[in-house]
Amino acid sequence: MSNTDFALSIEDLTVSFDGFKAVDGLNLYVDNNELRVVIGPNGAGKTTVLDLICGKTKSTAGSIKFRNKELTKLAEHEIVHAGVGRKFQTPSIYENLSVYDNLEVSYPKGRSVFGSLAFKRTDAVDARIREIADEIFLGDFLDIEAALLSHGQKQWLEIGMLLIQNPELLMLDEPVAGMSVKERDQTAELLSRICKGRSVLVIEHDMDFVAKIAHKVTVLHQGKILAEGDMQTVKNDPNVIEVYLGH
Amino acid sequence: MKFIYERLLGGKKGAIGIAILAVLILIILPLGLDIFRLNLVGKYLTYAFVAVSLVLLWGYGGILSLGQGVFFGLGGYCMAMFLKLEASDPISTKIQSTPGIPDFMDWNQLTELPWFWVPFHSFSFTILAVILMPAIFALIIGYSMFKRRVGGVYFAIITQAIALILTVLIVGQQGYTGGINGITDLRTLHGWDIREDSAKYILYFVNAMLLFGVIFIGRYILTSKFGRLLLAMRDKEDRVRFSGYDVSNFKIFIFCISAAISAIGGAMFTLQVGFMSPSFVGIVPSIEMVIYAAVGGRMSLIGVVYGTLLVNYGKTMFSETFPELWLFLMGGLFIAVVMYFPNGLAGVWEKHGKRMVDYIKALQVVESFLTLVTNKLAVKSGSVSK
Repeated sequence: MSNTDFALSIEDLTVSFDGFKAVDGLNLYVDNNELRVVIGPNGAGKTTVLDLICGKTKSTAGSIKFRNKELTKLAEHEIVHAGVGRKFQTPSIYENLSVYDNLEVSYPKGRSVFGSLAFKRTDAVDARIREIADEIFLGDFLDIEAALLSHGQKQWLEIGMLLIQNPELLMLDEPVAGMSVKERDQTAELLSRICKGRSVLVIEHDMDFVAKIAHKVTVLHQGKILAEGDMQTVKNDPNVIEVYLGH
Repeated sequence: MKFIYERLLGGKKGAIGIAILAVLILIILPLGLDIFRLNLVGKYLTYAFVAVSLVLLWGYGGILSLGQGVFFGLGGYCMAMFLKLEASDPISTKIQSTPGIPDFMDWNQLTELPWFWVPFHSFSFTILAVILMPAIFALIIGYSMFKRRVGGVYFAIITQAIALILTVLIVGQQGYTGGINGITDLRTLHGWDIREDSAKYILYFVNAMLLFGVIFIGRYILTSKFGRLLLAMRDKEDRVRFSGYDVSNFKIFIFCISAAISAIGGAMFTLQVGFMSPSFVGIVPSIEMVIYAAVGGRMSLIGVVYGTLLVNYGKTMFSETFPELWLFLMGGLFIAVVMYFPNGLAGVWEKHGKRMVDYIKALQVVESFLTLVTNKLAVKSGSVSK
């Protein structure tokens, strides 16, 4: 597979579960500084694509290259070390730790067994944690147990846990699910702020939200790309209208 | 200084807990009990090593091992092999057909010492073996299970199977291991008679100090980022993995540490009780040790020491009067803890004990206020009457 100028290049990616091809010969390229949104009806394979990129699911065929580094053969933590961060669909945070500890555990130092035993909470670590907490609107909640946060705040916290690692590719699976209108606006503003200097891949169902944030939209259907382009083009694509409204 | 206070003692709260436990174990019990009972307490405290190891592994790591007796036993057997060799010098075994080998080997028609017994002539090798052998064994088990992401109930069942296998092996290989009787009739350590009362006192204190040492190590691990990672892994393993950590390495490490801690307890058991047998290796002792940890509170390094002492005290009391009821009581206790006090004694203390202390404090405040008022009144009425 040739090298490209894209940050993320997925080529001929296929995964089959007992013969069912959840992702089928997918080609997807994401640029630096780009915020890409992937939409599609249920079962289109959106989450599976993220699973494949971050190594949760192993591909059957094809290649995923991030900054020209092949990811399909790497273990999950090695993919993270390569600069890929992923938020899960339901907020995945450590409920019995404080917001502060949640962020500290995600801090990208002391990642080995002995490194974590020797890890010290230096001023630099503390400053970074507070900086991220402010960015995700949780500056005043640092000492609160994460279980007590609202659903939307949990979503933000998980985004913060990724941001503290400064990933070059950030993948967010339904980041505004369960958020109020105000929280959605704040999240849209947050996303537009954090996509500078990195690539962001978002899965989302809320079309207003998508229109607000997306640089480019990819529509998946039955494991294949149905349409790709800016929001306006995609919206008026007859195939897309057929898939979303036809049945 | 700050490091010792915060990382080893666990701040003010932890330091008070350690101090109370130290007063109990190092002062009250040695002064209040005769040497027979104190030796018994010493034996119980060796089980507390296993309970502490379970706090790290099960309480924080969420990995339930039903085979900690394996490591307790391995540590104990290492120590027993050394002591047995010392007790089997050619002069005291001259009536055997092969003098100079342990008696049970002679009974089983062995004519020379097996190769794996030979290094146990050295005490320094034995000390190393007590800690490293179980740790390496845990490394092998841990590596083959955690790298394949075997966890939860499956892990518990496999550790239980290992406990059973090791028991069968020890019992079956009578000539090499002493079989069902274990390794008995241990006498001296470098010529120092461990059966004498003075030796028992010293061993009790050595054991107690080692237990505190192990609690400090546990506290260090739990207050580090490693400790928070353990909690995080227990809660959302995938999130930890996709935050860039190789989760299996962390599990293997804590499993090895818990094995080594249990083994130290086993070695001290052999020294204080004077023998080691397969009945401390198998499934039943392994599960009993989990119960000690559950009763004491699996999230509390100090709580489990109380749990161990209390359950064993109960066991001694009840099994002296109603031997046949004890197992039912033990089972009932475990069910009660799981259903009503998931955090054990430590949890009950956190919830109700503190409130009681506050209540007593409040009473004292009211009382001192009342005395103040009555004194004032008395003074006033006194001055009026003047």
